[in-house]
Order: sequence, then C-alpha cells, then structure tokens
Amino acid sequence: MKAVITVVGRDSVGIIAKVSAVCSEHHANIVDISQSVLSEYFAMIMVVDIDGIDLPFTSFVDILTQLGKDNGLDVRTMHEDVFNSMHRI
Amino acid sequence: MINTKDILETISMVKEENLDIRTVTMGISLLDCASDDPKKAADNVYEKVVKKAENLVGTAEQIEKEYGIPIINKRVSVTPVSLIGGRYTVEDYIRFARALDSAADTLGINFIGGYGALVQKGFTEADKKLIESIPEALATTGKVCSSVNVASTKAGINMDAVALMGKIIKKTAYLTRDNDCIGCAKLVVFANVPEDNPFMAGAFHGIGEAECVINVGVSGPGVVSSAVERAGDCDFSELAETIKRTAFKITRMGQLVAREASKRLNVPFGIVDLSLAPTPAVGDSVAKILEDMGLEICGGCGTTAALALLNDAVKKGGVMASSHVGGLSGAFIPVSEDAGMIDAASCGALSIEKLEAMTAVCSVGLDMIAVPGDTADDVISALIADEISIGVANTKTTAVRVIPAYGKQAGDSVSFGGLLGAAPVMKISTVSPAKFISRGGRIPAPIHSLKN
Repeated sequence: MKAVITVVGRDSVGIIAKVSAVCSEHHANIVDISQSVLSEYFAMIMVVDIDGIDLPFTSFVDILTQLGKDNGLDVRTMHEDVFNSMHRI
Repeated sequence: MINTKDILETISMVKEENLDIRTVTMGISLLDCASDDPKKAADNVYEKVVKKAENLVGTAEQIEKEYGIPIINKRVSVTPVSLIGGRYTVEDYIRFARALDSAADTLGINFIGGYGALVQKGFTEADKKLIESIPEALATTGKVCSSVNVASTKAGINMDAVALMGKIIKKTAYLTRDNDCIGCAKLVVFANVPEDNPFMAGAFHGIGEAECVINVGVSGPGVVSSAVERAGDCDFSELAETIKRTAFKITRMGQLVAREASKRLNVPFGIVDLSLAPTPAVGDSVAKILEDMGLEICGGCGTTAALALLNDAVKKGGVMASSHVGGLSGAFIPVSEDAGMIDAASCGALSIEKLEAMTAVCSVGLDMIAVPGDTADDVISALIADEISIGVANTKTTAVRVIPAYGKQAGDSVSFGGLLGAAPVMKISTVSPAKFISRGGRIPAPIHSLKN
C-alpha cells in the first residue's frame, strides 16, 4: 500500500531532507517524488510505500503532521485509496 | 500511477473548499429492548446502543486520519422509539430519551436520532404517548433528535397528527425558550420519510432495516460552488456536466469511507446519502452555488430552476459513484445552517413562500426556519400541511423543521451555535387556517398512489 505526502509552505533549507528522514527512520520507501518552487513557495508531492513501516499508519501521519507544524509547513499524509477512488473508475 | 493534478485537486477540495464527510451514522435496532418493566427497557436501550456503537467514534477518527478526509459527525440512529413494545407512560418515554442521551454522551457522538413515531395513517396508544412526551424529552436532553412521519403518498395525510404537531412544536419552543428554542431544531415533521437517512434531526433506523447498519452522508457545497465558479460563462448543458463530475468525486469519498467503516466495524454497509449539506462556514453554502450560477441573490425569480438543475445533476453524478444510494439524497436548504441563505433571508430576498416552492424540486423542505414566537399553533400546523402536501403529491420526501422563536418578532434572530447556526426570524402569514385545521381526519392518498 502507498501513501501520498504533500508539503506546501515557504521555501527553506532542508525540507525534503526532513521529510525523507522521517520516512527512512520508519521504513517508508520513497517511490516517487516531485517538487516545484513557485516564487518563494515550495510544493512537494511524495509517494511512499507503507507496507514495511514500523508503526501504525495513523502514528506515521501524526509524526509528519507535527513535523509540518514545527517547520511552518502544511504537511498532509493521505492513503492512496483516496486518490484512486476519487479519480479512477 | 496517480498524477499530480489529481492529487492537488483532492487536497484543494479538502483544504480550501470544505470537502468533508458530513456524517457516519450507525443505525441500531431497538426492537429487542422491550420489557414490561420500563426501567429495565430503558437500561436495555442504553446497553444496546453503547455496546453496538462502542467503536464507532474511534474507527471513524482512524479513517479520518488515514485518508485525510474530515468526518465531521459520528452519530447513531435507532428504531422509532414508539415501536419499542410495551404499555409505557409519557414519563417512561422520557426515561427512554434520557437513556439515549446518556448513551450518546458515553459514546462521544453529537446526536442520536429516532425518538419518534410513524403515524401517517393513524396513532397507536404508544405513538400518542411518545408524541406527547416530545417537548419535555427534547427540553431535558441535549443530543436526542425527534422526528414524526405524518403522511405518505400511499397513506395520505394524517391531519390529526398535523394539528397535534403544531401544538407540540409550540410547546417545545416554550420549554426551551431560554436557549433560543433549540428544542425545535431537533424536531422534524416528515412526509414519505426515508428509513435509512443518516442526517439529523430526521435520522432513524427503519423497521425494514437489519439489526445494525452503517450509513454515510457526504457534504461538499463548497466543492460544487468552486467548480461552478471555475466553469465560468458556459451554457446549461456544460454547467450540469460540471456539477455531475464534481458530485461523482464527492460521492466516491463517501463510498470509500462507508466501505471502510463497514469493514472495520463489521457492520453491513447500508447506503450513501448524496445530499449537498451546507454548513454556516463561509463558502460551504447551497445558496452560494445558486448565486454562482448567475442569480443576484438566492430567493429571487430563477432560484427554483437553478435549484432543480443542481439537485438533478448532483444525483446523476452521485448515483454512479456508490453501490447503494439512499436516505434523502438531494440538496438541503436549511436557512440557519447556510450562510448564503441567512444573508438572503436577512435582506428580505428569500421568503418562506419561495422556500416552499424550492422544496418541490430538492431534498427535504422548510428546514431550520425561525418564525415569530406568537405564531398560532394552527398556522404552524397549516404550514406543515402545505409542505407535507408537496411531498405527498410529488411522491417525494418533504419535512418541516420550524422554530417559533419565543418572544421574538420578524427581523430578530436566534442562534443555536455549531452546525445548527443562526437564523433570522422570518415573516409568516397570520391569516387564520383554524377552521381548516380543526376538521381532523385524513386527507386521502392521491390517485397516483394506486400503482398496482
């Protein structure tokens, strides 16, 4: 199963590193990543494989949400089924 | 692979456009709670509801977190309480209401519906006592919601019940006068009531339903409004198409949540209700959608046509997104719960008469409308009769949730807080229908009810 992590906020040093560090710490494998910087705003979409994570998915969501709050970023972590069911028949 | 555009669209629906699941409602049968000892019966009710729904809130919160889609309300609906067999008194029924209220507190849900009766063709002794207990039950509980079905296309209109409900509504308003008559916000009078509706205040667990079931109500006026805005100056075909596509996406969320909740709670999935349910939050308004379609203010000429288009397109888009559609499934137009409706009513553009016309083409009816506190009982009954007739004649659900605001006049306002919002007190005709209402008996079922 996969999850989609989106990060939006003011650009600063090390955003991708911080999110990747959490993923790596909890064994979430990054399978795709795209990012863009529009003027000073940063937007990143990361798709991670969550089959092997070492904690419940809801706790993983909490950690990333808190990371976002601590760094002034809007971090959302959503199960891929949301996107599949909304955009695929 | 999921593409970036789809991901961003979903996120913006949640973040900017108030996309949410309005309610996950667990229906629970109380038919096995009867006892010849009313205290024991009340205990049975409490125990059954608490046992069946013990994991409802936790599971819904888990789904909310995993999928990143807010689930605003977790609720329970039960068998109409008048159907719990037994020779109970009015006081016994009030005891049942308190048992339901305590169960709601224990579970951490925000409303529990089903304190009601089905009297479209006549009253049983139990129905009469339950209806008599409604004002006190609603005044002494916080989370119990009540509904009474007084008519159906098959049975006609029970005008004795219509006359009685005018008095019951006034009494409920009086008993809750210190809280802006909030009791009336929890009391609905229906025609053709659906038995699997997840939305309050009219939710109950129908007699044809299984032991326990999960029903889900979606929301999303904000998402539809943004889509209509983005569609710009297109023609009506394209407008309808835009709404259909949006409704499809919203409903898919509902279906996903319903399926997951049903699986995790090990309770059968009932239906997804496709209703567009507004909230007082800015942008989450059905009136705003109608205005985005090109009306200056909701309530003027053209409003009924715009609402008919919206309602139809929402159903067409939604129906393919879910395996079982049910409940009310149409746009709601509750005045106090919709910022656009509140503005339109406050500035005089939206009248009760126009709202009544609008209910002929959308879901439910005269919903969350405050009228002057000195409105006569029979005027309230006649207002109910009019609205219920629209439902009976058109084979659709209609309902009345009206608040006679004690001590207030047209132009004042009442405030209930939270999702129930605030409503301007609207002008209502005071011409007397007393003689008409006092006739009693039943209005016969319309000819087109004879389909066999």
